[in-house]
Amino acid sequence: MRRNIISMVARAKSGHLGGSLSAVEIMVEIYFNQMNIEASNVLDKSRDKFVLSKGHASPLLYAVLAEKGLLTQEDLLTFRFIDSKIQGHPNMNYVDAIDMSTGSLGQGLSAAVGMSLANKIDNNNFKTFVLIGDGESQEGQIWEAAMAASHYKLNNLCAVLDFNGLQIDGDITKVMNPTPFDTKFEAFGWNVIILVDSYDFKQIGKAFNQAKLCLDKPSIIIAHTIKGKGVSFMENNAAWHGTAPNDEQSSIALSELGGNV
Amino acid sequence: MSKIAAREAYGTSLAKLIVENERVVVLDADLTKSTKTVDAQKACPSRHFNMGIAEGNMMTVAAGLATCNKIVFASSFAMFATGRAFEQIRNSIGYPHLNVKICGTHAGITVGEDGASHQAIEDISLMRGIPGMVVIQPCDAYETEQVINAVAAYDGPCYVRLGRSAVESVYEKDYQFEIGKASILKYGSKVAIIATGLMVQEVLNTVSELKKLNIHPTIVNMSTIKPLDEKCVIKLAQEHDVIITCEEHSIIGGLGSAVCEVTATNHPIKVVRIGQKDIFGESGKPNDLLHKYEMDYSAILKCIKNNI
Repeated sequence: MRRNIISMVARAKSGHLGGSLSAVEIMVEIYFNQMNIEASNVLDKSRDKFVLSKGHASPLLYAVLAEKGLLTQEDLLTFRFIDSKIQGHPNMNYVDAIDMSTGSLGQGLSAAVGMSLANKIDNNNFKTFVLIGDGESQEGQIWEAAMAASHYKLNNLCAVLDFNGLQIDGDITKVMNPTPFDTKFEAFGWNVIILVDSYDFKQIGKAFNQAKLCLDKPSIIIAHTIKGKGVSFMENNAAWHGTAPNDEQSSIALSELGGNV
Repeated sequence: MSKIAAREAYGTSLAKLIVENERVVVLDADLTKSTKTVDAQKACPSRHFNMGIAEGNMMTVAAGLATCNKIVFASSFAMFATGRAFEQIRNSIGYPHLNVKICGTHAGITVGEDGASHQAIEDISLMRGIPGMVVIQPCDAYETEQVINAVAAYDGPCYVRLGRSAVESVYEKDYQFEIGKASILKYGSKVAIIATGLMVQEVLNTVSELKKLNIHPTIVNMSTIKPLDEKCVIKLAQEHDVIITCEEHSIIGGLGSAVCEVTATNHPIKVVRIGQKDIFGESGKPNDLLHKYEMDYSAILKCIKNNI
């Protein structure tokens, strides 16, 4: 998946690498172990849902959808090119497996709240997953949505916060400190789960299982991640938030990544 | 005839609709008694959600509900529904073309005493600019009920603009509203008046006075501002010497602008726009405000006389 992410952004000469590489294992867990989404049920209204609130990490979403057979390798070649169904930021009308169009930060969590409410109204039992960014949490709407989710006791909603500590302009605590996340979400009435190692599938799985056990609140997994994870010169470097690698950087990155993740 | 506010009619229509149609969900932002969605809340509490004073969140929640096959009505004052939450509407409702009906009440300066902070005069302009957004402003209670049923049946985003004040009935029971279709109330000559919302009533109030002057304008209720009934506008342009547009909205970007866009391309003709003249309103009684800002019956009368 990381190789696909690097290749997509390199080919497009634009896109967001750092925040895509940071949450690869989390997305694998969501799409392969948590969600009941397959090519056979993708149009089923009652299947589980996912919202990429940090929509700029679209290469991450497209890469996992390709692994699931919900996009093709040919689709990935078209990322950010004209007439593509995989836009710079996700468009739900072009891909059946994309549940919400996102890109404008702070809105995905609200959309997930809407999906969870619909789920409650219909007495369905699908789950809604949403990946939000740490920098994104500077948006006031994240907290409006957080308030609504606990107010309506949306226990079928599970958010994951990609806590990599960096945004375009640098360290999130220096740009506009949104931390602490744990006590804030607790205060907003959420079940908070801390994921210390977001690259250990055992720990990731355990975090999601803990979320499932909570029946009266929405859950958030605060995932400590590394921006640019897997490529030495991209790790913990805000400059790789939205920069595309040149040919040389791209080939170094691909060789560092070796085979499949 | 009895006077009923569009928002009152909205409340009763929505209360009926939420019971009849299981797909309907209603959201409000702490204004249920003002927007009148409280009627729907009483009729079906399980599908009415108060989202608190957080309009941006409400609009994106509405979008999320719509992705799950719901027909969502999201209400607040027109000012906050379209202004505060513009970008949420644009990106989360408009761009994915989701089935959300944004119903903004207390539109225009006839909000009255609350003053300019609460008087939406840019909302038509904002909503009209979003690709695929339908924009409708009914002129009386009877049309409001039809509009609510029509937007519920239509699959896509709509903005319905509703006033605070009570207005007299324009229509009898035989009228049938259709999205995108103008309604010609009177056929006349020389001058065509195209009005929307409560301005339709203001225009109708000029008829008897004009008759004395032997002036017989064509009067059109343009309840759908987008998609505009272009055929009707072109025909009016061809058959009259001047068009006067009347709206309780800025003369920039609203009905007047929409009419000018069509005439300029298809049949250039003089168009005079009556509306809020690029200036904020203020506190006051609705009728006093309409008079001061030259949108009442006397201002319309004067405008017709000056342009015939």
